Amino acid sequence: MTLAQQAPALILLFPFFGALLTLLIGLYRRSWCWPATVAACAASALAAWSTVVQVAESSNALVTYRMAGWVPPVGIEFRVDALNAGVVFMIAMVSLLVAIFSRTVVINETAGKEHFFYTLFQMLIVGVLGIGLTGDAFNLYVFLEISSLSSYALIAMGRGRAAFSCFNYIMMGTIGASFYLLGVGYLYIKTGSLNMVDISRIMHEQDLFQTSTIHIGFLFILIGVWIKMAFFPLHRWLPNAYTFAPTATSALAAPIMTKVSIYVMIRYMYTVFDPNFVFGMGPRSDVVVWLAVIAMVVGSFYALAKRKLKMMLAYLVIAEVGYMVGGAWLANKTGLTGAIFHIMADGLMTAALFLSAGAIYYKRKSYNVTALKGMFQKMPFTMGAFALAALSMIGIPPTCGFFSKWYLISAGIEAGHYGFVGGLLFSSLVNAILFFRLLEYAYYGEVETPYVAAGKRGKKKGFREKSGRDEAPLSMLVPMWSASLGLVLLGFYSGEVIAFISRYVAEVQF
Amino acid sequence: MTANVVSSALPLQAILVSALLPLVLVALGRVPNWREGASLLAGCLKLWLVVKMLPAVRDGQLLEYVLAEPVAGVPLVLRVDGMGLLFALVASSLWIVTTVYAIGYMRGAKEKSQTRFFVFFAFSLSATLGVAFSGNLLTLYVFYELLSMATYPLVTHHQDANARAGGRKYLTYLLATSVGFVLPAMIFCYVRSGGQMDFAAAGFMAGKVNSTEALVLLLMFTFGFAKAGVMPFHGWLPGAMVAPTPVSALLHAVAVVKVGVFCVLRVFTGVLGVDMLKEFDLGIVVSFIAGFTIIVSSLIALSQDNLKRRLAFSTVGQLSYIILGASMLSPLALKGAMAHIAMHAFGKITLFFCAGAIYVATGKKYISHMTGIGYRMPITMICFLIGTMSVMGLPPTGGLISKWHLLLGAPESGRWWLMLFLAGSTLLNGAYLLPIVYSAFFKSGNYFGPDSERGEPPPACFWPLCLTAVASIVLFFAPNLIFQLASLVV
Repeated sequence: MTLAQQAPALILLFPFFGALLTLLIGLYRRSWCWPATVAACAASALAAWSTVVQVAESSNALVTYRMAGWVPPVGIEFRVDALNAGVVFMIAMVSLLVAIFSRTVVINETAGKEHFFYTLFQMLIVGVLGIGLTGDAFNLYVFLEISSLSSYALIAMGRGRAAFSCFNYIMMGTIGASFYLLGVGYLYIKTGSLNMVDISRIMHEQDLFQTSTIHIGFLFILIGVWIKMAFFPLHRWLPNAYTFAPTATSALAAPIMTKVSIYVMIRYMYTVFDPNFVFGMGPRSDVVVWLAVIAMVVGSFYALAKRKLKMMLAYLVIAEVGYMVGGAWLANKTGLTGAIFHIMADGLMTAALFLSAGAIYYKRKSYNVTALKGMFQKMPFTMGAFALAALSMIGIPPTCGFFSKWYLISAGIEAGHYGFVGGLLFSSLVNAILFFRLLEYAYYGEVETPYVAAGKRGKKKGFREKSGRDEAPLSMLVPMWSASLGLVLLGFYSGEVIAFISRYVAEVQF
Repeated sequence: MTANVVSSALPLQAILVSALLPLVLVALGRVPNWREGASLLAGCLKLWLVVKMLPAVRDGQLLEYVLAEPVAGVPLVLRVDGMGLLFALVASSLWIVTTVYAIGYMRGAKEKSQTRFFVFFAFSLSATLGVAFSGNLLTLYVFYELLSMATYPLVTHHQDANARAGGRKYLTYLLATSVGFVLPAMIFCYVRSGGQMDFAAAGFMAGKVNSTEALVLLLMFTFGFAKAGVMPFHGWLPGAMVAPTPVSALLHAVAVVKVGVFCVLRVFTGVLGVDMLKEFDLGIVVSFIAGFTIIVSSLIALSQDNLKRRLAFSTVGQLSYIILGASMLSPLALKGAMAHIAMHAFGKITLFFCAGAIYVATGKKYISHMTGIGYRMPITMICFLIGTMSVMGLPPTGGLISKWHLLLGAPESGRWWLMLFLAGSTLLNGAYLLPIVYSAFFKSGNYFGPDSERGEPPPACFWPLCLTAVASIVLFFAPNLIFQLASLVV
């Protein structure tokens, strides 16, 4: 076996051993933790790219990898097809960008705990990548817990109400994971298998779709992942958890954790179960789409009402979840394509936004929107990246946000679901108001001198006033601009990406 | 279309010239003379590239360049036809003139952030050419939105409270309509036409929608391309007059607003198709909307004292001439409408240049303060008169030619009374523009009078406006090229 054939496993193994190594290195010299993390993430991203290439080149768009050579369904199998190859690559890339970005903020916010932070940071990446890669329902649960546990710890390292909001998240997250586990348990009772493809095969062969056990199992899994992705009305845990988390944590968790849950939902809906079963039961899909519409509208509105930049972005994550869930539940190919494409597009957009917001916080020590005043003068490059990401969120071509919206809207029209179309357009317009309000602050506002960062006791720790231009360090600008330019590139090459996704979508029988 | 399609990178190059120019501008930001030199050079290069396309297009060829294919079956494609080239010629030739003018104006008025200004000006031109060369609806929309984004920093250049309000209005109108109307209408077309969105002579939606759907689509497009300023979505244009005058001149008399009407023309000719609209008799609906806009905007213009605002409302009316021409659905009127894009551009840019020149030379913005200004700057005001005549459509200016075709188009469409809109508006145009000229030369006011010292504006402001005024007259005698290009499409 050549190294390239090991790529699916290597995606995971690099950050996994990186995490162990980082902990040890950190005991010796803490400043080496960052390079080690970046190296692990870069290697992982490289392996992910190699996997994508293999999937694209294989005749049936499928690459499987058997852990330790055990034959499935007994052994654990990694299955990478056109659905999750792109998602995994997006996750690996975003992780790499956030890892590069984190250099100064981690030293700043979690001083003395860098090695713990980076260890958990990589474990979170391992968990999320594992969810994306695995073809085993129970193994997925294990990775779900790995990612959740490390994210709990990472969030609790934050400031202010981080501990409390993290506790809230732990409760909800545990409930979600339990639902998922119960659902898998029900499937196991009926089919005796844990391998996803095997479960699907047995359910088809024995015609188990009409049994109530399977129904309940599906419902439990669905509720589990809905909690994990913060789908309305199960979204309450998310805004606080992401707002009070350290900068690097929220920049990592926001783009990848909710997106991977959406991937899991799609995987269960279309690979494990099949559309006839999912949509064959009366009005249920319509209810979900309407919930998605509410999620978009409510998420956007809450975002508009907030005064804190990070809180706004957190609520936008909730709105975007509505886009993807709605697209996946419209029950047509265009909608599914749009939803899968939007997983990647939105991952990158959210990363770009959280990164630039993080850079602004790093310099201004405040997330308050008023801290943005005059930022186009002070941090022109950071604001440029932010503006580009904002345009993508609004859906201005040629950024990728426009093209995912294109597919989602045409799916809505195809399905005759004009509520969804209206909701999308409405949410785009609310996004426009939201972001241009922020950009107005940054463009018209005068820089306050002396600037007082909003802290409890007057001046915030670590803030130093600088006159004139005060741009973020290069280690922040590079990942930020990579993400923002990536949005435009993804927009231009969306044709190729969509063609790739279609290889999965084409096989789905609606 | 029967014309043969030729693959060519020229359209892309023409767009890229001004899209890449900002890199040079930023690099030369510290040396204004070199920076402006680069702008001018790029302007000439761009015009040259556009002119190079002329022979092939006149032979009936379509120059095509595929950029990417982001949506299945709908590539981002540039395809140059007569109408697109006509518009591109107007925009890129006036860009050079405006650059010269902008140098004079920006330095004369001591504006700040001049590098940013020229950077976004170049971006706007790229987007404008992109719209002109778009080969399908998706490409058109992409460049349309880019234009909105690129012009926002120009409109709000002064970064004060007025600019903020104007900019807000600008984006609200343009984004709300494009996202709210055009985007869903476009995607509806995509779904309904089976993924085929190339502009076709008969309209790619022809035969694929019933009359109700066609009407809804028509209205969504006409209102949705709010850059065309059809009432009630015209409010952004007077608001955008907070911008520096070169922006108002090139963008809000030529590029941006003409992009709006150009898009509407494309919808009439390439998307829904003249034949289908005739069959369902939908032109009349738009005719009434456009006619209403023509008359009402002229009436509003009468009451404006700020010269630029008055010109803005005049532009709103003139844009609807073009829409009215399109909605007559007759070949003559369509030709007139396309020609009016060019003719009005030269006339109106002259007027704006004059307004800016007056502001730079004397600091006056209000018409009531300009009484007697003809004694101070006679040549500028004579150019203003020429611009006025062109906008009114009096000989010997190019405005007459296009208006003539529009007038003839009315009986050809079987509705002679549509002429009344045009005739009434011509009188109103005279009523709000001629008094400015009259009082400039024959009255004396608080600031200027017969004893005012003669002083024309700085040369960089002065010569461009003379040039465009002369061009308005030349177009009366030599409109052949314009009509040749226009008749390639009709």
